[in-house]
Amino acid sequence: MLSIKNLHVSIDGKEILKGINLEIKPGEVHAIMGPNGAGKSTLAAVLAGRDLYEVTEGEITFQGKNLLEMAPEDRAKEGIFLGFQYPIEIPGVSTVNFMKTAVNEHRKHKGLEPLKASDFLKLMRDKKALVEIDSKLTNRSVNEGFSGGEKKKNEIFQMAMLEPKLAVLDETDSGLDIDALRVVANGVNKLKTADSSTIVITHYQRLLDYIVPDIVHVLYNGRIVKTAGKELALELEEKGYDWIKDENKK
Amino acid sequence: MADINTINKDFADLFNQGKQLLMEGSSEIMNENRSKAFQDFERLGVPTRANENYKYTNLIPAFDHPYNVNLRYLKVDVDLNEIFQCDVPELDTNMVLLTNGWFYGNNKQLLELPKGVIVCGVQEAAQKYPEIFNAHYGKYAKPGEDGIVALNTALAKDGLFIYVPKGVVVEKPIQVVNLLRSDRDLLATQRNLFVIEENAQAKIIVCDHTLTHHKYLSNSVTEINVAENAVFDLYTLQNQHLNSVILNSTFIRQDAHSNVLTNTISLYGGTIRNNHHVLLDAEYCENNTYGMYLMDHKQHVDNFTCIDHAKPNCVSNEHFKGVMDDEASGAFSGRINVRRDAQKTEAYQSNNNLLLSNEALINTKPQLVIDADDVKCSHGATVGQMDEDALFYLRARGIDEKEARQMLMFAFAHEIIEKIRVEALKERIDELVDKRLRGEISKCNTCAVACNH
Ligand SMILES: Nc1ncnc2c1ncn2[C@@H]1O[C@H](COP(=O)(O)OP(=O)(O)OP(=O)(O)O)[C@@H](O)[C@H]1O
Ligand SMILES: [Mg+2]
Repeated sequence: MLSIKNLHVSIDGKEILKGINLEIKPGEVHAIMGPNGAGKSTLAAVLAGRDLYEVTEGEITFQGKNLLEMAPEDRAKEGIFLGFQYPIEIPGVSTVNFMKTAVNEHRKHKGLEPLKASDFLKLMRDKKALVEIDSKLTNRSVNEGFSGGEKKKNEIFQMAMLEPKLAVLDETDSGLDIDALRVVANGVNKLKTADSSTIVITHYQRLLDYIVPDIVHVLYNGRIVKTAGKELALELEEKGYDWIKDENKK
Repeated sequence: MADINTINKDFADLFNQGKQLLMEGSSEIMNENRSKAFQDFERLGVPTRANENYKYTNLIPAFDHPYNVNLRYLKVDVDLNEIFQCDVPELDTNMVLLTNGWFYGNNKQLLELPKGVIVCGVQEAAQKYPEIFNAHYGKYAKPGEDGIVALNTALAKDGLFIYVPKGVVVEKPIQVVNLLRSDRDLLATQRNLFVIEENAQAKIIVCDHTLTHHKYLSNSVTEINVAENAVFDLYTLQNQHLNSVILNSTFIRQDAHSNVLTNTISLYGGTIRNNHHVLLDAEYCENNTYGMYLMDHKQHVDNFTCIDHAKPNCVSNEHFKGVMDDEASGAFSGRINVRRDAQKTEAYQSNNNLLLSNEALINTKPQLVIDADDVKCSHGATVGQMDEDALFYLRARGIDEKEARQMLMFAFAHEIIEKIRVEALKERIDELVDKRLRGEISKCNTCAVACNH
């Protein structure tokens, strides 16, 4: 589904990703962990098409297509969803209008007619129920004045509306209380199909109890320095990153 | 190019040679004001950039042109009511037409106005209702402080008069359509007077626009007195063409417990200068002064505002927002005076600008003169580009770049549209601004508010 080869990424001439290789097959769940500043969010943003970052080397293919040539909106319509670590507040843009435009753009891409107003509202209702998000929030401008946890919930709500093939969830767990974490994780699991894949970026094992990864990677200093099964997350939880850092000092 | 002295001298000649025609048909009080204002004009002249208040707007190119001036009403050869019969059903208004600054002679009678409400031409009002007219005409505008106001007062012959008597609530908005229609380049002078009595309520929508492509300079002055406890709204929609110059000066005086909302929306016009003066002349007034400008090409807009808190316990909210593209330029100047006795004043002001190109330019200048000590005042100005993070967020959900930009621009402008207190008008302006931001309206030949084509 997704294939990243020797990806190098810089910002303002400073290299942040230094040769990433990653293969994700349909249906797989990968977790990416790693210390602050390792480059996890950078990787996620590059997948979504943020042009702030310059890809200096390497390639990314998604379902056989060259992702790096696509505009962010085209990537989204092809099925990539980025759950932002820091969702943006957009005063004056209503959540309803935002989602209606986005859903209909996706439909257009698939050759479908725009949804009727009543069908759209029903879809909203169903997906709101799935992530237990309050109408008080979806009636407001996008993320405006939302708490940290509410913003994260809203990301998953948007994911539910758009039903992506590959979801990249960047620290979706941070800021969520224990109940909300369970709701959000269950939401993600319910949205998962046999061929959809997920990349979960997280610092905590806790989330991985719910969204169980097939593979865990450690990203450190712009490189994937360790890849193993889900037991790696437990080991990191216990020992921290020092041993990884030490191993990579040499 | 002519220099300013030549321009001023041409006006002096026009005044002296046209004196007979100017005086004819005008009431004594108008002519008294006229003579005084002409002296003011001789002293002040057309303001140049040397004048601090006109620092950002060069009026010389606007005035340096051989315009025609009509010193008497010219009969219109077509039925303007025919041209403006179209109406959006949900925006139900009392419509009145003016042509080149004059009250249109064949206006339909406004049958749905409540008893006692007067809507007519200024000349007619001066003759038929001298008691009301003389009590207010020339009482609020300040020709001694601004050359173009002096020029207006010196040349003014007609315009719109609206009177709402005590306690009368005019439910339907009164829609004023100012048409510029001429077969020659034209300088139009328009003088309006609106008198809203105690406990009365009225909403006025003014649409400016041009019917032919000639070069126009319209110099209008509107005086408004809002008496105790009255509620008054004024929505001004400026939609002309790139070859037009709009000089629009408004003077509002508010009495105790009155509530005024103005919203000046500049959609299109070559050069636009709005002078907006508010005098809060008694306690417990509320004033809301809003404005929005959407400029591209080489258009220029200058909003010069002055809110004068003369008495204690008044609140003023001022907010102007602008979207500037291409080589458009503009200025916002927000003066707030809080006089010495005006304790417990609350005065808020902000001006936000979105620049879409590197060539677009805006000068924004708050100017607070506060002589009282117990006041709450704030002001803030921003000039910025589109928020790239927000843009990416929308695009990351599958919304294409053009639409995402549109959504953000519209969201930016909508904050001002939201303040409109006529629901149907709000929807109409939303639609209009959305189209304008999409570049779908360059110039509207028909009434932007009333017509759908
Ligand atoms: N816009 C930017 N300008 C300059 N440096 C940046 C920018 N974005 C990221 N960086 C730098 O790139 C490096 C990687 O940042 P990134 O956000 O990808 O880390 P992360 O692994 O997601 O960290 P965290 O766990 O704290 O979220 C950091 O050193 C960061 O300071
Ligand atoms: Mg991060």
